[in-house]
Amino acid sequence: MELEKIHYDNKIVKAFIIATIIFGIVGMTVGLLAAIQLFYPLANFDLQYTTFGRIRPLHTNAVIFAFVGNAMFAGIYYSLQRLLKTRMFNDSLSWIHFWGWQLIILAAAITLPLGLTTSKEYAELEWPIDIAIALIWVVFGINMIGTIIKRREQHMYVAIWFYIATFVTVAVLHIVNSFEMPVTFFKSYSWYAGVQDALVQWWYGHNAVAFFLTTPFLGIMYYFLPKAANRPVYSYRLSIIHFWSLIFIYIWAGPHHLLYTALPEWAQSLGVVFSIMLIAPSWGGMLNGLFTLRGAWDRVREDAVLKFMVVAVTAYGMATLEGPLLSLKNVNAITHYTDWIVAHVHVGGLGWNGFLIFGMIYWLIPRMWNTKLYSSKLANLHFWIGTLGIVFYALPMYIGGVVQSLMWKEFAADGFLKYQNFLETTTQILPMYMLRAVGGTLYLTGVLIMTYNLIKTAASGKFVANEEAEVAPLPKAIHDGGHWHSVLERKPILFTSLALVAILIGGIIEMVPTFLIKSNIPTIASVKPYTPLELHGRDIYIREGV
Amino acid sequence: MYKNILQNIDHIAIWPVISFVIFFVFFIGLLVWVFTADKNFMNEMSQKPLHDGSELNSDTESLMQ
Repeated sequence: MELEKIHYDNKIVKAFIIATIIFGIVGMTVGLLAAIQLFYPLANFDLQYTTFGRIRPLHTNAVIFAFVGNAMFAGIYYSLQRLLKTRMFNDSLSWIHFWGWQLIILAAAITLPLGLTTSKEYAELEWPIDIAIALIWVVFGINMIGTIIKRREQHMYVAIWFYIATFVTVAVLHIVNSFEMPVTFFKSYSWYAGVQDALVQWWYGHNAVAFFLTTPFLGIMYYFLPKAANRPVYSYRLSIIHFWSLIFIYIWAGPHHLLYTALPEWAQSLGVVFSIMLIAPSWGGMLNGLFTLRGAWDRVREDAVLKFMVVAVTAYGMATLEGPLLSLKNVNAITHYTDWIVAHVHVGGLGWNGFLIFGMIYWLIPRMWNTKLYSSKLANLHFWIGTLGIVFYALPMYIGGVVQSLMWKEFAADGFLKYQNFLETTTQILPMYMLRAVGGTLYLTGVLIMTYNLIKTAASGKFVANEEAEVAPLPKAIHDGGHWHSVLERKPILFTSLALVAILIGGIIEMVPTFLIKSNIPTIASVKPYTPLELHGRDIYIREGV
Repeated sequence: MYKNILQNIDHIAIWPVISFVIFFVFFIGLLVWVFTADKNFMNEMSQKPLHDGSELNSDTESLMQ
């Protein structure tokens, strides 16, 4: 068979990696500042723009959408081309996607400190930016689906299914959650209110974690871990079960954020049951990742890339066991609203996302610059300092969370709460907040070491903007038949539609009754629509993020 | 108006049954397929990331020193 010469686009991957590192440093620095403010209020700088209520959403948006988001796109643009043996569908779309996404980040970095926010968790950006996000996301989708259609591989590898699920689900989540009525260019009111608002918010919020922070990175794991270990995936069967059960079950779990609230009992219970079931696919995926290293564990001792990936996958396993346990009502009664939850998300964010990204970048840069890593010693130092950073972050927050929870529920002999002032718990756990900032500093230091190491690496090599590859063209006549999943893997549009159906079922079953059946909507006779004065007060609270 | 209709559906109790059936059929079907699937195809697919036609990527050893 005659081989075709093609060129993979590395330039777009490079751009996304640079953005990842820059916004990683920015986002983590803002996080560190917010952490310091909790024990050293002068770090507010006496400016409204840098108060805790405004920079906390800046931190979450920066690390989720700028740091992790750019890394996701870097990983997808690199692996998609190689798994499908074709260049991206359209270079212009790639660059519109890149610059569009960076402009959205810039808009967030300006509006959030100004207090322009919807106050919806992980969806704080105001409506003009929401529209921009939807448009750029569609550009990304067209580029990805277009690439899949012009592929030279008959079957889509499991990583690509995860990318497809990411694209369709984030689109659905973003659009449904963002229904809002604009009143001015920078102010809108959500379409939802009361219990419906809460249900939509946590259907969105939980699945933003699932489909922005998890599924794309599972795809990245399924590509980069076998690459780095030079071993095939442990079990392709397991990966099929992993994929379909994960996307099907995840979408139901949102209501576990609303235990002991006005949400109908049946919806709370559904959320809990599906959260517990999630342990199975999550751990299936984790084990599939770890078992891929069978026969390569000797290299894990030497190779920083594999070290980062092993800790990332392990952190994924820990966070996905912890999450379902936290969703049990009795555990939730202890941990909800405390700093335990902050520790939980940071095990996921610092461990799973952060370490997988570092592993991926350490693997990518020497290859894209056709050179060797400048210093393995520094990479290993980064690994250890980062791991220590996670431990110093999480442990104090766990302890602080339990202390908070116990103090909030402590009754005095006269039957009143013993600690009636919220500030009493805060002052009690100040040492924990200080230790947490130490953890954050360690982690950020590691990232700075990595940045230095990667700049030196790039300087020692020559960037390969268009990487040449020799690939076999796809045979014209694709044979029909085979098992139904292998047929599916040849039909991207059908596959995408089925993935969409799988993720819609849970949302529809939970939302339709809550929206349409009166008994599901708790109302209190004395609650009336806000007066103009009340609404103004509410707007101030929203602006200040309290 | 459609709200009133939905509020009064007699068979709203069937929702949980429907969700259970969808769920059950989905996973049984998935498991049956996965365990009856062709072994060679599975092996071939699990090797996918390792062959992408580019020399820069096909080195067996890591580029870490």
